[in-house]
Amino acid sequence: MDKSEKKTTTRRDFLFTTSYTVGAVGLGAVIWPLIDQMNPDKAQKALATTEVDISQIEPGKSITVLWRGKPVFLKRRTQEEILEARSVSLTDLPHPEKDEERVKSGKDEWLVMLGVCTHLGCVPLSNKGDYKGWFCPCHGSHYDLSGRIRKGPAPKNMEIPKYEFVDANTIKIG
Amino acid sequence: MKKFKLFFCILLSLTIFNTLKSAEQIDPIKVDWSFKGLLGKFDRASLQRGYQVYNEVCASCHSMQYLSYRNLGEPGGPEFSEEEVKAIAAGFEVTDGPDAQGEMFTRSGRPSDKFVSPYPNVNAAAAANGGAYPPDMSVLVKARKGGANYIYSVLVGYEDPPPGVTLDEGVYYNKYMTGNKIKMPNNLSDGLVEYADGTEATVDQMAKDVTTFLSWAAEPELESRHKTGLKVMLYLILLSILVFLSMKKIWSRVNSEE
Amino acid sequence: MSEKEYVPKSKAGKWFNDRLPLLSLASHLTDYPTPKNLNYWWTFGGILTFCLLTQIITGIVLAMHYVAHADLAFASVEHIMRDVNYGWLIRYIHSNGASMFFLAVYIHIFRSLFYGSYKSPREIIWIIGLMIYLLMMAAAFMGYVLPWGQMSFWGATVITNLFSAIPLVGDSITTWLWGAYSVDNPTLTRFFSLHYLIPFLILGLVVLHIWALHIPGNNNPVGIDIKKPSKDTVPFHPYITIKDAFALLLFSIIFAGFVFFAPNVLGHSDNYIQANPMVTPAHIVPEWYLLPFYAILRSVPDKLGGVILMFGAIFILFVLPWLDTSKVRSSVYRPIYRQFFWILIVDVLVLGYVGAMPAEGIYLVLARVGTVYYFLHFIVILPVVGYFEKTEPVPLSISEPVLSGSADYSMAKKDNEKI
Repeated sequence: MDKSEKKTTTRRDFLFTTSYTVGAVGLGAVIWPLIDQMNPDKAQKALATTEVDISQIEPGKSITVLWRGKPVFLKRRTQEEILEARSVSLTDLPHPEKDEERVKSGKDEWLVMLGVCTHLGCVPLSNKGDYKGWFCPCHGSHYDLSGRIRKGPAPKNMEIPKYEFVDANTIKIG
Repeated sequence: MKKFKLFFCILLSLTIFNTLKSAEQIDPIKVDWSFKGLLGKFDRASLQRGYQVYNEVCASCHSMQYLSYRNLGEPGGPEFSEEEVKAIAAGFEVTDGPDAQGEMFTRSGRPSDKFVSPYPNVNAAAAANGGAYPPDMSVLVKARKGGANYIYSVLVGYEDPPPGVTLDEGVYYNKYMTGNKIKMPNNLSDGLVEYADGTEATVDQMAKDVTTFLSWAAEPELESRHKTGLKVMLYLILLSILVFLSMKKIWSRVNSEE
Repeated sequence: MSEKEYVPKSKAGKWFNDRLPLLSLASHLTDYPTPKNLNYWWTFGGILTFCLLTQIITGIVLAMHYVAHADLAFASVEHIMRDVNYGWLIRYIHSNGASMFFLAVYIHIFRSLFYGSYKSPREIIWIIGLMIYLLMMAAAFMGYVLPWGQMSFWGATVITNLFSAIPLVGDSITTWLWGAYSVDNPTLTRFFSLHYLIPFLILGLVVLHIWALHIPGNNNPVGIDIKKPSKDTVPFHPYITIKDAFALLLFSIIFAGFVFFAPNVLGHSDNYIQANPMVTPAHIVPEWYLLPFYAILRSVPDKLGGVILMFGAIFILFVLPWLDTSKVRSSVYRPIYRQFFWILIVDVLVLGYVGAMPAEGIYLVLARVGTVYYFLHFIVILPVVGYFEKTEPVPLSISEPVLSGSADYSMAKKDNEKI
């Protein structure tokens, strides 16, 4: 094998490598739209915020509304319930969070959270369980009056969605 | 030889077809739209003006049920700012519900709402317009053979009927309309709307603006389609050259060796 | 052409291959001896495979977003075009892909006609190919109904009404196809189901098509059998794969041109109007790839006659291998038949054109002449020409053509063993 032949071989290899690489890049670019089409579409992303009228909710009662296909619990807590939720020591909590961090200051009676168990996504039952809050029937997770996990397999407290008080009687979720 | 024959066949067929083609309808006016061509883009200002014309003139009869107010702020469209889109949406009353009592209620619109239709259903729209349903304009430009040129031509194509043509009550003569008879009156007149950007609202200007708007409404993906298309083309040409050279190399093993 | 027994080098490979000889199959496919004189008309098999896979993949994606309901179908297509991420791209690839698929299949079929690839010993390949073509037409027709536009609805109405031409049971069959008393929601949902099914049937037939091809091996532009595999053939990979890849890329450029810059020119604007059972569009035309058959249908003044002739135009192709009496495969060596081949192409193009025109006046005359000629070609010209034609001398082998001047088949000397 003389020198010139060697040279052709490397040039050929370079050509093939480049072709393969460019081809592979194209294939990757083709695959992305096929994956991305399964992500939430523009209509889903723009999905409306939900406004909830809370004027009819008596202290101690709660309602459930649908937001982004998930239930949201709105509970108007009594003073005793708030005190009880705040009396718990953080060290007793698997996922330590103060009750104050989970409500809007000045609106301490309103607990607004996603009614979805952080274990595997079931909807917990209200006024059930060992901590007077919620109890998930699927795998036995107990939540307290602040929606915090106390006992059972769920790893985290129930999630607080983005929300705001539009006026005294209306909450806007999202 | 073979290629010549193939070419000849195609040529012959095309000649036959062209001689057979009859001209029964006048062709629509050809407008040099900014969105035509391989790299065409919409004129933002024209889209925004076009929305104004649609909203103030067309929307009283024509629905655009597949569009949402949020579309007005999306890239490639009129690109109103987020606040403007919210304000536009809030200007409409949307029926929502049922609420907890089971009642339907109205509220002000949000960007995620679909364009509010002027009539509750097709029958109501037809009944209110002398039996002719004003077509939904979401994909109107794609649904007419001449596309944007045709829509524009119809908008500026009103004239007095030629002698011998009698028109029924509520029917108008239009040069470019298929069949020349149209149930939509000529709604455009100079100065009918007041453009925020100070453009003079001539009939021609309004027709062009609203046609641009309708073209975007029918093909909101047009700009990203053109942009992606250019990249894809360049890529395919590059890869074709690489593969062609590779092919020559590989086949040289068979062809060149003595 | 007998193949050497393939034995995987690794122990694990051998273990697996003894149980399921996939590696042997892969080895067969890469080493498959292919005539080295194949021209670019032979790349359309690979292109068609690409088209089928593209349609299946984009179709599965579209089915994730499409709603098969008369009230929602049109809106769901608009939803795909406007809201789904890259939805417009995927839908335009799918809708233009159907046209590209037919463009490629027509070239593939006419290549076979020109080079006599349907002749012995390749009749089964040809017949399976025609079955694929029939299924393609069914899939394309039902797919066109799904967006539920005006052309969808009225195309479905016209085509399903063809079956009402059948004596005695015609009306019952049509009603049965509809699942209603007109084209309606039940029709749409069953068309959707079948539209999803048929591509996989096609895929199965494609496997059989290729299997049947690999028994006698490829035909080639000279049309003679392979004499010395070592001189006349090259291994499929890399020689044919790279050539197919290049042709596929050129094809993709045309494909992309339609998708990105003219996505609706091959469609009909009326299909962007939602289906309305009360109003028929002024001109009902099928998609371009079905126009020649539509012209044949309309050329006959009798309902049943038209339907029979239209289906006959396709089914006559099934007996083509036995209508052709010539011993020579390739038209390169058939001076008379070659002329008729080109006339047939013009005839089909004319039929396609008049299929898009109103069925009246000169168009009707042309359609009738074209139809008569179409059948004349297969029933009379093909057998008679083959019988009387004096063919030109055929080369002794692929690597040594006797005729000079056919530069396409350059003399290559190197053995594929040496490569």
